[in-house]
Amino acid sequence: MNLGTDFLTLKLKNPIIAGASPLSSTLDGIKRLEDAGAAAVIAHSLFEEQINHEQRQIDHFIHITAESHAEAISYFQAENRFDNFSAERYLREIEEAKAALSIPLIGSLNGVSAGGWVQYAKAIEAAGADALELNITYIPTSMHLSGAEVEQMYVQTVASVREYLNIPLNIKMNAYFSSPAHMARRFVELGIAGVTIFDNPTRVDIDLELLTALRMPNITTSQSLSETLRWCAILYRQLPCTICAGTGVHTHEDLLKALMSGANTAALASVLLRHGAEHIGVILQGLEAWMEAHEYESVRQMIGSISLAHTDNPAAFERNSYMYALQHYRS
Amino acid sequence: MPHMITVDGNEAVALVAHKINEVIAIYPITPSSPMGEFSDLYSSKGERNIFGSVPEVYEMQSEGGASGTVHGALQSGALTTTFTASQGLLLMIPNMYKIAGELTPTVFHVAARSLAAQGLSIFGDHQDVMGVRQTGFALLCSNSVQEAHDFALISQAASLASRVPFLHFFDGFRTSHEVSKIEALEEAHLRAMIDMELVHAHRRRALTPDAPVLRGTAQNPDVYFQGRESVNRYYDALPKILEAQMDKFASLTGRAYKLFDYVGVEDATEVIVLMGSGAEAVHETVEYLTCKGEKVGMIKVRLALPFAIDAFIAALPRSVNNIAVLDRTKESGSIAEPLYHDVVTALFERQSALPFAMPRIIGGRYGLSSKEFTPAMIIAIFEELRQAEPKNHFTIGIDDDVTFTSLVYDEGFILHTEGQFEALFFGLGSDGTVGANKNSIKIIGAETPNYAQGYFVYDSKKSGSMTTSHLRFGPKPIRSSYLIQEADFIGVHQAVFLEKLDLLELAKEGGVFLLNSPYPREEVWARLPRVTQERIIEKKLRFYAIDAYKVARESQMGSRINTVMQTCFFAISGILPQDEAIAKIKKSIQKSYGGKGEAVVAMNFAAVDTTLENLYQVEVPLHVSSKEELAPVLKGDLTPFVRDVIGAITAFKGDSLKVSQIPDDGTWPTGTTQYEKRNIAQEVPLWDPDTCIQCNKCVMACPHSVIRSTIFDAALLEGAPEGFLSKKAKGKEYGENDLFNISVAIEDCTGCALCVEVCPAKNKSQTNLKAINMAPQLPLRETGIRDWDFFLSLPAMDRARLDHGDVKESQFLEPYFEFSGACPGCGETPYVKLASQLFGDRMVIANATGCSSIYGGNLPTTPWRKDAQGRGPAWSNSLFEDNAEFGLGFRLAIDSHAAQAKELLQQLAPRLGGVEIGLIVNAPQREESEINAQRQRVEVLKAALQTIEGEAAKNLLELADYLVKKSVWIMGGDGWAYDIGYGGLDHVLASGKNVNILVLDTQVYSNTGGQQSKATMTGAVAKFAAGGKAGMPKDLASMAINYENVYVAKVSMGANDKATLRAFIEAERYDGPSIIIAYSHCVAHGYDLRYGFDQQKRAVDSGLWPIFRYNPEKLAAGENPLTIDYKGPKIGVKDYMYRETRFKMVEKMNPQAAQAFLETAAHTAQNLHKRYTNLQQQFNKPEEAQS
Repeated sequence: MNLGTDFLTLKLKNPIIAGASPLSSTLDGIKRLEDAGAAAVIAHSLFEEQINHEQRQIDHFIHITAESHAEAISYFQAENRFDNFSAERYLREIEEAKAALSIPLIGSLNGVSAGGWVQYAKAIEAAGADALELNITYIPTSMHLSGAEVEQMYVQTVASVREYLNIPLNIKMNAYFSSPAHMARRFVELGIAGVTIFDNPTRVDIDLELLTALRMPNITTSQSLSETLRWCAILYRQLPCTICAGTGVHTHEDLLKALMSGANTAALASVLLRHGAEHIGVILQGLEAWMEAHEYESVRQMIGSISLAHTDNPAAFERNSYMYALQHYRS
Repeated sequence: MPHMITVDGNEAVALVAHKINEVIAIYPITPSSPMGEFSDLYSSKGERNIFGSVPEVYEMQSEGGASGTVHGALQSGALTTTFTASQGLLLMIPNMYKIAGELTPTVFHVAARSLAAQGLSIFGDHQDVMGVRQTGFALLCSNSVQEAHDFALISQAASLASRVPFLHFFDGFRTSHEVSKIEALEEAHLRAMIDMELVHAHRRRALTPDAPVLRGTAQNPDVYFQGRESVNRYYDALPKILEAQMDKFASLTGRAYKLFDYVGVEDATEVIVLMGSGAEAVHETVEYLTCKGEKVGMIKVRLALPFAIDAFIAALPRSVNNIAVLDRTKESGSIAEPLYHDVVTALFERQSALPFAMPRIIGGRYGLSSKEFTPAMIIAIFEELRQAEPKNHFTIGIDDDVTFTSLVYDEGFILHTEGQFEALFFGLGSDGTVGANKNSIKIIGAETPNYAQGYFVYDSKKSGSMTTSHLRFGPKPIRSSYLIQEADFIGVHQAVFLEKLDLLELAKEGGVFLLNSPYPREEVWARLPRVTQERIIEKKLRFYAIDAYKVARESQMGSRINTVMQTCFFAISGILPQDEAIAKIKKSIQKSYGGKGEAVVAMNFAAVDTTLENLYQVEVPLHVSSKEELAPVLKGDLTPFVRDVIGAITAFKGDSLKVSQIPDDGTWPTGTTQYEKRNIAQEVPLWDPDTCIQCNKCVMACPHSVIRSTIFDAALLEGAPEGFLSKKAKGKEYGENDLFNISVAIEDCTGCALCVEVCPAKNKSQTNLKAINMAPQLPLRETGIRDWDFFLSLPAMDRARLDHGDVKESQFLEPYFEFSGACPGCGETPYVKLASQLFGDRMVIANATGCSSIYGGNLPTTPWRKDAQGRGPAWSNSLFEDNAEFGLGFRLAIDSHAAQAKELLQQLAPRLGGVEIGLIVNAPQREESEINAQRQRVEVLKAALQTIEGEAAKNLLELADYLVKKSVWIMGGDGWAYDIGYGGLDHVLASGKNVNILVLDTQVYSNTGGQQSKATMTGAVAKFAAGGKAGMPKDLASMAINYENVYVAKVSMGANDKATLRAFIEAERYDGPSIIIAYSHCVAHGYDLRYGFDQQKRAVDSGLWPIFRYNPEKLAAGENPLTIDYKGPKIGVKDYMYRETRFKMVEKMNPQAAQAFLETAAHTAQNLHKRYTNLQQQFNKPEEAQS
């Protein structure tokens, strides 16, 4: 049985990628993911905002109280040299992890500005990452920013990184584009090697005691698989890039569905946070058992087998559920 | 070509001292602290000395401790030094005798500073150095930054060669903090000067069991005297040895020094003799006068002790007729000051062999506490010397209208140095002005052939202070050791200063004026006060403006305008071509911020680039249009003293005050901050009654006592200004007509926003709003002042009817501490204010030197105040190290007075009919109502005493008020309580006496710039703990509990205000020693202090700041004395620590160490909880614990 598949330009031994999460934030964690059977690991994300913030913050607090009183001209030695900002630390971790792994290691960058992306993308490449995933999360709160302008910002960011990077690039797609397929095409035209369906933005909640809004990590369940399946199915074979199912894969059944809808791989995060890295083995066992029971020879064999192009019921992907329900009612 | 560096005096010395010593024992004291800090930094970076090792830099608990360690290290053969000043040097005296007595080579580097006498001063003079003349140390004086650098080496070489220890000194601030371009010594110079044979000889004298000897014997009348005389030959030989080292140094570097350097014409008849930075001003003036043909000269004294008589006489011109010896010190009661004595004695001892007729010699004092010493004053001294009967023992620089010692001088005279460019900058503390100017000097120093000098003056407040930068550049070495008197360039970095001060007074005609103005271009001129417009027109100034805050904001620099204003200065001063200047600024930014991350460099670059687009020249009209007069510096109902004396100091005119105007015994009125109305906050709190739940937490938290609340009768609203807010008072004890109000003294607010963060009430429709919100101050000013005045007119609530133990009710008590100059958001002052509210009308305070003594007692205005009855805290600061003992003295005296009063009362009882004598003697005074009743009884007593004749009645009348309970408070920071004052504090705890000790624990020496103390938490970066403190903090509370009869509380107002309040009340009620250790957030922790209380809570929740109260009264009552006010560690230590730069920066420098610190801290948090819960259980079951 051949579980091998493709991710970007890389050949993977199986379709399970450990997605960016706290589990991939330490070398030990990454090693555990590899030992559990992951075919590749996406390192935890480097947040450009965080890098800028922490640099400015430390500079601010070192200087903001200085030179205000004759006795306390400073409170911290300004000569201290800092070389362990998130970026430096991240790059060191990539280097160390790369040296320790036999599976591909993918860097992950979460940023806001074109300039910042390029700088850190190149550094991640130099640190030895086999590929880079970009997670562009921009929430357009302005009434004066059109959808087209927002899309253009994304395109420019991807283009600027692509221009300076030699390793393959994966884009974690935003589910809220007016036309995700069109955006995926634009990204691919810029030279990216793969898309992940979709990114998984943080969840908003409200604390009724403190009367404040909360930002929570979004731990998904299999319930979230639906849109993943739809867009994997739609994009399958339409673009010369790999597709990674990024949301809702929690069981070997979810994985099978993702692959059949058109994904080449699935990036797992929530399920591993819930059950631990070792759960990769459980899903792989389930996958193999199912394939054996159903006499599949390879993963590649099933990829896209129930995509929009290959399904016997394209309406399931194309129509919204209301129409679907109505049709059934009428029949 | 020599290698030029631009450094201040402290760095110049540290660069050398660190290279030629093996052990450095230190203790922070202004203005010498940076020498220790630089040394610590060099060692933490692994920089080695010329012997190949990294010097061991060790912070001690006091200067006494540091000198003991120095002594020990020297006795053990290490080349050892220390840095100190002022009282610190005095604490070293005992060891200095020992070190000198044992002929031990060492150099103490001293940034010479005033001594605390009628008041403390951190500024420069020679009182400290002159106070150790008798110890046997040689005294070598540097007059400039270059000399401080050079003499640091020469003194070490001479000490090794002579075996006489040296005290190398230079003027505090004027030299220690002056930034100057100097020729740097190379390592080869150091190696050439330090004779390794002498180093080996020093090592061979070490105490070692391999070649045992004994020192420190106790000697008797038979030999001690001879022993003291046995060292004479070393002192006799020293001048020649030093001279030889100076000559050797000259051959290496080209910079030649003598024991006494003469400057002036060969046939000078009038000569001034002095030492220190003032000598440079005299040098400059002598050159000016001799160019005009005057026969004058001066001698710079290098070696003050031992005084080399022959060398001194040889240095004098043969033509000398009159000598003025200037001392920068004061010895009350002495015939004159020491240098004068030495000169007179020297000449009289050699009078038979003098190569000239005995000159007339007069002595004078100058420059105490960095008082200005200018060419005009120097010319006056030369003129005085020519008088038939010159004034002896004169003073210069002040107007002594009491004993008429002072010389008159021409205040209008300014000595102009050709080719020298002078610039003045007025900035707000921490707006980056000083930093930018230091940077500019470094750029000009490094990139042009010009010499450069920078000197920086700070005012006395820790918040909203004005900084003045004095920058000079020129082709010749700069000797002007005084402030700029006329400026080619004046930069006003805060337009608000112009509202009160005439800052262009010193502008040179045709000079440049640069203003950071928040107003649109077309309004800039019209917004200037009349006097400023007049100056610009009269002096034909070129006027430039920029909205620097806008540029800074747009470049993400926040409120730091350093890069913007620095770019403006270079763009319009013409010191460097503009393009070249911009390139140099960027290079300097890269150098300064390269180690702080690319984002920081990028935002500074952006600021440079956008500055030029926003800088513009203002067209100056021909006529003045403004009618705006300068605002008064003090407002309110002022006494003549406050108006004339405190007013002058506040207006930066204190130099003009006469001797008669200054209190001769250091006694000043309290409650003067109320007149200052500094208006430093951009935003101030605005109360929203609809949302308010009347909890008074904002009142309690306010570090500056600007938020007050009251409950008043609705009838009083009749006189209220329109819009005065109030709401129906909440609580069953209040009636229908009772109204609640919160008022804000917006002119006194610092805008810290701590109040907003502690407010628990959110607006139900807009949850981003609370019951108190920040709003721009300017639009609120008029109504705010009016409302505040009305609030003050409302009757104070009856202290006796308020429940002091209730947080809300306690905050209706009026504070006796208000509007201090503490930093915005200070974590100490809420505790200080709370104590003042609870006990202020019967409180006497001993305050250790530190932040609390500075915001509590630094002139001009002070925050401790009186109430309408004229009662309030009496406050004093003695020293840093003796505060507990000082406060115990208060207690002993008060107890003695009270005991005497009681005895007199019994004695006079038969004559005091109608006086409740039994009650006066025995009535309890625990509750406010009981104290109130006692006051009334004492008033009756006093009235009765008025009618009785006799000495006993007179005595009792004087002492009667002591029959009302007095509350003795001993306050200070952790540097005092944990370190320098711990011995005394421990003794006072053991005394059993009724004193209350409040430790304002910021976990660093906040006042001197954040040096570590024994309270510093593990993993925190502090000065002298550059990589994060590795050791554990001392558990002072636990040590105090061991006494069993001491009330001990560890509190955190941010975590538990109720427990904090109870602790203060219980501590004060307890008839024995009490100690409260209060978590005080501080700017030295590195975060926005509006979140100070939030961090306090996190500190407690993490377990790193356990809060509890140990009350011996409960023990006596058979109850468990220990109340633990927290539940043990609830959050990870990282959740607390990594919100503060002091902890977080370790992670950015050394992640492995940071991880280890986190683990240690987590362990400590658990241990502390176990320690105190175990102790509590132990008290629960005393029998089991015993078994």
